[in-house]
Amino acid sequence: MSMINDLISQGAQMLLVLMLAPLLTGFVRKIKARLLRRQGPPLLQPYRDLIRLMRKDVVLAENASWLFRVIPYIIFAGTWVAASLVPTFGSGLLFSWSADLIAIIALLGSARFFLALAGLDVGTAFGGIGSSREVMIASLAEPAILIMVFSVAMIAGSTQLSTIAEFMGSSAVGLRVSLGLALVALTIVAIAENGRIPVDNPATHLELTMVHEAMVLEYSGRHLALIDLSSQLKLLLYISMIACIFMPWGAAAPEAGVRSLAFGALTYIVKLSACGVALAVFETAIAKMRVFRIPEFLGAALMLALLATLLRFVSGSL
Amino acid sequence: MHGLEFDVAHLLAGTLVLASFMMLYQDRLTALLNVYALHALVLALSVAWQAFIQDAPHLYVTAFIALVFKATIIPVALHRIIVRLGIHREIETAVGVGLTMMAGIGLVALSMVVMLRVTPGADALAREDLAFALSVVLLGLLIMVTRRNAVSQVVGFMSLENGLVLAATGAKGMPLVVEISVAFSVLIAFIVIGIFLFRIRERFDSVDIQALDRFRGERR
Repeated sequence: MSMINDLISQGAQMLLVLMLAPLLTGFVRKIKARLLRRQGPPLLQPYRDLIRLMRKDVVLAENASWLFRVIPYIIFAGTWVAASLVPTFGSGLLFSWSADLIAIIALLGSARFFLALAGLDVGTAFGGIGSSREVMIASLAEPAILIMVFSVAMIAGSTQLSTIAEFMGSSAVGLRVSLGLALVALTIVAIAENGRIPVDNPATHLELTMVHEAMVLEYSGRHLALIDLSSQLKLLLYISMIACIFMPWGAAAPEAGVRSLAFGALTYIVKLSACGVALAVFETAIAKMRVFRIPEFLGAALMLALLATLLRFVSGSL
Repeated sequence: MHGLEFDVAHLLAGTLVLASFMMLYQDRLTALLNVYALHALVLALSVAWQAFIQDAPHLYVTAFIALVFKATIIPVALHRIIVRLGIHREIETAVGVGLTMMAGIGLVALSMVVMLRVTPGADALAREDLAFALSVVLLGLLIMVTRRNAVSQVVGFMSLENGLVLAATGAKGMPLVVEISVAFSVLIAFIVIGIFLFRIRERFDSVDIQALDRFRGERR
């Protein structure tokens, strides 16, 4: 019976993240527009964009290889699996034994690898620039997030997200400076990985400084829809990861009843909107960085994560 | 052993190390001075917490001295100095942020390894404070080494002294007289350095330390 419950909640979670991801993006855009005293697009605009793109024909470049056509599906599958592994409303999921932080990072990393390949595939100059910048950012962000994972794992005693969430929700955590540092490091990495404002501008097309848009410039139709949906899923994933590790309050425990699951879903929505508002305010308040300052920005994340690990090492060895 | 007392002390001392890193990262003089004020404020909080958990009222005096002199008077005076010298908008080209950060992490790791090895008998609070204090001292030295501007070297020296105070409060029983005399000697050192800054400036039209190297004939 519990197996069936877990299966149902796993399926519900897969649908939930898929349904919520465009809404979250629309919400962040709306808040940003309101902060600039503009009306902004309606909340449901991302869904409409996706449906419109799905209906359109695909235009392929003449020299595009088979890889170019397969990659959107690979990226979407990898990101969707990763997003549905992170506990959102409850930790009693069927596949929570495999929801390892390192596995999630590996899934995202392989999605990124294929996206960079797609940027290079057609052989336009823009795609090449985008791919090289994306790989430069990734080579700095990945060590930072891995070391952050190590420091969290040293505190919680596991790299499995459901175990970490349960530990963080209990009173055994105490007051830890390492966790604060790890939170800041994870936030910086999340901003860089999702191409939000100090690193990349998600609202621009055809600028010399763009990263993500430069790689997907050659895509159209349903391919572009899938890539857009996976980048929206990625934003949702990072926010749920931050919520799951650092704000685990309210999430339903395994074997929980329907009421606590509903309560977990409600608190999850609240957390998502709080993080969305925070992201919009941060993006409005800050200007975009020069590309060559990004290593310093991400270096700060790496340094904070290292410091968190060191501090944890001290307090653990006493 | 891992009660709330230890956790708060750990939090404050860890924040002090973090503030040292912020100074290392910061290349604008005004922001550097603001971070120094924050550093001293965290030190005052940390010392006050030690006073509370050790039941040592004289440490409150130390915290008060840190709050008044280091977190208020010295930053304000330094702000005035850099405005008068006309260098408050200057951006320093330090050695290279990435390399400096790596060196800083290495120094912190070194001080942890050294301090945890040599003090196995002491109690947890003192060990932890000593380890962090040594890393703050080493980071202060690193700030002095990687800067070329005399004012930021002064700031590095002051943050080093903050580390010494943290070590002294962690190891129980530093007399108040010593504490006050140290505080005043730092203040006097600050005044002397301030006068020297203007002298250097008068002679070389710059507070860039490289001008001194050239004057001594070490660099052609």
